[in-house]
Amino acid sequence: MAIGLHDSDFKNPVIRWVDQRMPIFTMMQKEYGTFPTPRNFNYFWNFGALAMVNLMIMIATGIFLAMHYTPHTSYAFDSVERIMRDVNFGWLIRYVHMNGASMFFIVVFIHIWRGMYYGSYKAPRELLWMLGVVIFLLMMATAFMGYVLPWGQMSFWGATVITNLFSAFPFVGDWIVTLLWGGFSVDNPTLNRFFSLHYLLPFVIVGVVFLHVVALHITGSNNPLGVEPKGPQDTLPFHPYYTAKDSFGLVIYFIVFAGFVFFAPNFLGHPDNYIPADPLVTPAHIVPEWYFLPFYAILRAVPDKLGGVLLMFGSILVLFVLPWLDGSPVRSMRFRPVARIAFLLWTVCFFVLMYCGGMPAEEPYVTVSRIATAYYFGYFLVILPLLARLEKPLPLPESIARAVLGGGGPMPAGAAAKPMDKA
Amino acid sequence: MFRTTLGAFALIGGLLATSPARAAGEAIAIPNHPFSFDGVFGTYDRASAQRGFQVYKEVCANCHAMRLLSYRNLRELGLTDQQVAAIASQVQVQDGPNDEGQMFERPGRPSDRFRSPFPNQQAARAANNGAYPVDLSVIAKARNGGADYLYALLTGYADPPPGVTMGEGMNYNRYFPGHQIAMGNPLNPDQVEFADGTPGTVENMARDVATFLQWAAEPELEQRRAMGVKIIIFLTILGGLAYAVKRKVWADVH
Repeated sequence: MAIGLHDSDFKNPVIRWVDQRMPIFTMMQKEYGTFPTPRNFNYFWNFGALAMVNLMIMIATGIFLAMHYTPHTSYAFDSVERIMRDVNFGWLIRYVHMNGASMFFIVVFIHIWRGMYYGSYKAPRELLWMLGVVIFLLMMATAFMGYVLPWGQMSFWGATVITNLFSAFPFVGDWIVTLLWGGFSVDNPTLNRFFSLHYLLPFVIVGVVFLHVVALHITGSNNPLGVEPKGPQDTLPFHPYYTAKDSFGLVIYFIVFAGFVFFAPNFLGHPDNYIPADPLVTPAHIVPEWYFLPFYAILRAVPDKLGGVLLMFGSILVLFVLPWLDGSPVRSMRFRPVARIAFLLWTVCFFVLMYCGGMPAEEPYVTVSRIATAYYFGYFLVILPLLARLEKPLPLPESIARAVLGGGGPMPAGAAAKPMDKA
Repeated sequence: MFRTTLGAFALIGGLLATSPARAAGEAIAIPNHPFSFDGVFGTYDRASAQRGFQVYKEVCANCHAMRLLSYRNLRELGLTDQQVAAIASQVQVQDGPNDEGQMFERPGRPSDRFRSPFPNQQAARAANNGAYPVDLSVIAKARNGGADYLYALLTGYADPPPGVTMGEGMNYNRYFPGHQIAMGNPLNPDQVEFADGTPGTVENMARDVATFLQWAAEPELEQRRAMGVKIIIFLTILGGLAYAVKRKVWADVH
């Protein structure tokens, strides 16, 4: 290619003119048009696209909410209720944003679960996976700070409990807490910086999501068989096959989302957050939002404060090293009979922890949380490394096409690498 | 047993089982009371909500503020502009400063917020034996059980069972967490005389004021549900189309 204009395949003169100078159309065509995608995705592979849509919904609704919200301890609660009552369709925007956070975690939990079940974290996708964990951490920070903004009782006391956790760290703990608070208690400076960061972090997430997608488009997607595509017979162009499949999944997701927003908008919230924050009245039970409950249960399962904090953060950080803890060359749990059961049990433990996290810190929940916590970490640190050596996996299919098309030969000509119609 | 329980949690998928709303509080079972706004298609019974406003105005408002509502909001309950203006003008609100720099009192306008009975929380506590009569603007969203809880609370006053020692100035209530509530029984038979001839029983007053407070907390409920029905119908059709497209696109590779 000569230095100067890009050699564009597009015929439309305007598109061609732009594309020659800045080949974004060529790029989009390559990454989302003809991008070779394994032909055997199931509907679990919808959830990455759903998460992307959810992120955009959160940013769009959040920008409109910020136009009406007042980040001040004296006005925050009332400004949110003003949005609910006096802003045109304010109730809709707020309920979409509020339930959108829950939908985001539902979608991302399933996305992560899919990655773990089908071994998507394994080589060569380790960095892709780690970027995903970074996104998850950023999401958690963003969601936590967003929950503080309405300045209800759970906002205030949740913020107090969670920020206080950092004081467990030796030497720097108190300094970190003061920095988070902007003073010596959760107060107006805390609310102000949380609002600022809550507005900032989503755009950081957008940046990391971009890197996540870049990494994805280098290695290509994993698939339910965990066998790499060996040729064009194993793949389909992303468009129209997966754009069509994702569109259907997207509508189903919207139906669930709409069910919450229009018919049970406060089902996933806590009634106490409709009581204005009062530093002098502690709620009977301080519980975080449902998506933090498993990690909250791990925190409370440990009798020592620092130990609990370390284990809680460890429960996410362990995901960073998951690609190296699981040394088995077989990706998909379909072909790992023992690991499959161990992982499904881990999934049950996750829900048990979620349940216990919402319950008061008393028996039997504490003991159950401890058992589930032990298994949560045992799965990563003991079971997976051991199974990598001991487990005898089932025979892998020769290729995706062979497995999907049932012993057939190569694909009928034309179907596999169907060229996309150019714009 | 343990394994069965684990399996059950997994099936429920955590979400339903662990809604934090259900998690907090030593649960006192709140009986379900039939309301006009129950279910997916329920709407507010306007007459009931109007009577509920009367109960609020004549009974609750002596102690409880509703500072998030304005008199103009009452139009949504079916009151006319004249009725709303008349209700608003019954109260004196402080305004100002005027051109001389003085604060002054004037009759209320529809655009005014509901006048609060006490100027601040300290005054409210001082007048109520140290207890704070909470603001009722969003009370139906701020309590487990919502309107059912409000109805149960208002009809739940009783003599303390034998063996229960009440704190000074506290009243026994079957549904209040801990059963000891500072608020005395607010509703007595025929305390409010309804213009439409509805008998002033405690149950009627409790149902009406619970309806009014539910409306106050969620004035958007009817619009929200109506929009939701349309959107779900639209999405269902769109989903059918999207599925048909997907089937057609994939027909040649399966």
